[in-house]
Amino acid sequence: MAVVNWLRRNVIVLFGLLALGYMTLPNIVVLMFSFNDPNGRFNYTWNGFTLDAWEQPCGVAGICDSVAVSMKIAVLSTLVATALGTAIAFALGRYRFRARGAINTLLFLPMSMPEVVMGASLGTLFLNMRINTGFVTILIAHIMFCLSFVVVAVKARVLGMDPKLEEAAQDLYASPTQVFLRVTLPLAAPGIGAGAMLAFALSFDDFVITNFTSGNTVTFPMFVYGAAQRGTPPQINVIGSAMFVIAVLIVMIGQIRASRRAKQRA
Amino acid sequence: MTEQQRAGASGDVSLAGLSKHYGDFTAVRPMDLTIPAGSFFALLGASGCGKTTTLRMIAGLEQPSTGSVSIGDRDVTGLPPYKRPVNTVFQNYALFPHLSVADNVGFGLRRRGVKDTRKQVQDMLDLVELGHLAKRKPTQLSGGQQQRVAVARALINTPQVLLLDEPLGALDLKLRRQMQLELKRIQTDVGITFVHVTHDQEEAMTMADTIAVMNGGRIEQLGSPVELYEAPRTTFVANFLGQSNLVEAKVTGRADGDLLLDAQGNRLALPAARSAADGDHLVMGIRPEKITITYAADAKIADNRNRLDGGVIVDAAFIGVSTQYVVRMPWGQEFTVFEQNMERDPRLVPGATVILHWNPTHGFGLESGDLTAGIAEASEDAA
Repeated sequence: MAVVNWLRRNVIVLFGLLALGYMTLPNIVVLMFSFNDPNGRFNYTWNGFTLDAWEQPCGVAGICDSVAVSMKIAVLSTLVATALGTAIAFALGRYRFRARGAINTLLFLPMSMPEVVMGASLGTLFLNMRINTGFVTILIAHIMFCLSFVVVAVKARVLGMDPKLEEAAQDLYASPTQVFLRVTLPLAAPGIGAGAMLAFALSFDDFVITNFTSGNTVTFPMFVYGAAQRGTPPQINVIGSAMFVIAVLIVMIGQIRASRRAKQRA
Repeated sequence: MTEQQRAGASGDVSLAGLSKHYGDFTAVRPMDLTIPAGSFFALLGASGCGKTTTLRMIAGLEQPSTGSVSIGDRDVTGLPPYKRPVNTVFQNYALFPHLSVADNVGFGLRRRGVKDTRKQVQDMLDLVELGHLAKRKPTQLSGGQQQRVAVARALINTPQVLLLDEPLGALDLKLRRQMQLELKRIQTDVGITFVHVTHDQEEAMTMADTIAVMNGGRIEQLGSPVELYEAPRTTFVANFLGQSNLVEAKVTGRADGDLLLDAQGNRLALPAARSAADGDHLVMGIRPEKITITYAADAKIADNRNRLDGGVIVDAAFIGVSTQYVVRMPWGQEFTVFEQNMERDPRLVPGATVILHWNPTHGFGLESGDLTAGIAEASEDAA
């Protein structure tokens, strides 16, 4: 009876932990194998502990170049997609105009369409227009699919914003520019931030669409894919784990700050 | 500041031919209105009567379709809101959620280039008794506190006119009564013109010097609370502001400044000065608390009083200070009577036949029209 009661009280925590384990287990395996000293070209079986890969993360030809390319593309496409997406979100959220419905629907296409279809059609388009695929075409493709996610994230925020707040700012002597900078932008910031983070993550790890539009440019996901055919150096695990740890740290710092601020207020 | 002081010499708000329509819908019909400087003015009406639109046109948040808005002797019709010497306390306050209470209050000063706002903000917050909460965010305050921040945020700019858009609508009844008195006190202290939009007739009567009752985009009647209550000029005002018993009547003659009326076969008198109607037909009105109710069998009623015989009580509700009777008249109409609980006649129970009588000078005459105008609006907003 005591056991049943205990279960009843903790069932939510229990399921939460199970879900968490399910989601983080692959990352833990990746992290573990980054310390492996593989016997041969493939890093699939545990052989022995070493820090070699962590000491020389660029020890494999081309790996760090590919990370740099991915970073550049992710940063640029995030910037452009966030700027454009925010503008589109405000237009869709605030104004009524002729093509509004069509744009709203079309924006969901990149999210709902299978990536392979979009990648293939973009590849065909670039080929037919005789554009050499490479860094620029990857960037164009990434901006395109990131845009939808930014718009969705920012639009949700814009729709939730009380238009009275901007009227109140105007009423308190703020010119239109000041209203935007002092009220509109700070209020929309969480949505814009979420959209940008989503865009960065999507761009950085995209493989399918990149594969169709990359030409000779090698991004990190493509390097991993290529490596998997020939052999998987533990450096891949090192970079993967590092990305994971950095992402978790960023989220944790954010959480701690938020809870500290909440405590200060109380 | 200098600009404001110059125009402040005479700070009347004047609306001339002001109207607003959205497509085919007319929100405000052409309106001429002068709100004297330093007064507490209420725009009272049911939802959709155009009161908020009028307020927003004064604030500059809505552009009028026709007409002009002047503050003092300055025409502000074309000016954007941020160039007008008015501030607004918004419905639901519209406090900036990302700024602290102090930054909310200092927002207007800072936009006008005041460098050190700390002292002024603190003084203002102390005035509304929120000095200790300056660092909080608005969401951490109670409704009443938020309301006071909204007032402080507007008043700190010493506007010529403070606009209040249903500022107490979100508060519970007790807090609302308290804030009504507080707002009235602040207005008396600072002497700024307050224009207050509300649908709550009691609120308007408690606070305002002058009330404009609006209906269907027009001002039905303008006057002090006492004038509006004691001498309404339309059936809408008679029913919307308090309750009224209205009965159709025919003018049969005149004597000593009184109109002699025939209402459903009853002879009634009404001072001609208290009638807003000119013709032979009018609507006679009497407030429920002005009527005396007497048990019919042994009634001795003075000759100079108006009397209606043959009513039957259908409902009697005891509510402490008074008892409210509903009396069905012989012609089918129901009259409401409020009787102070001083010497209650125990025979006044449902089924009893009674005589209703009152001093003729308490009645009022209205132009014939819809007897029920304003009743639905008044009860809709009470809900």
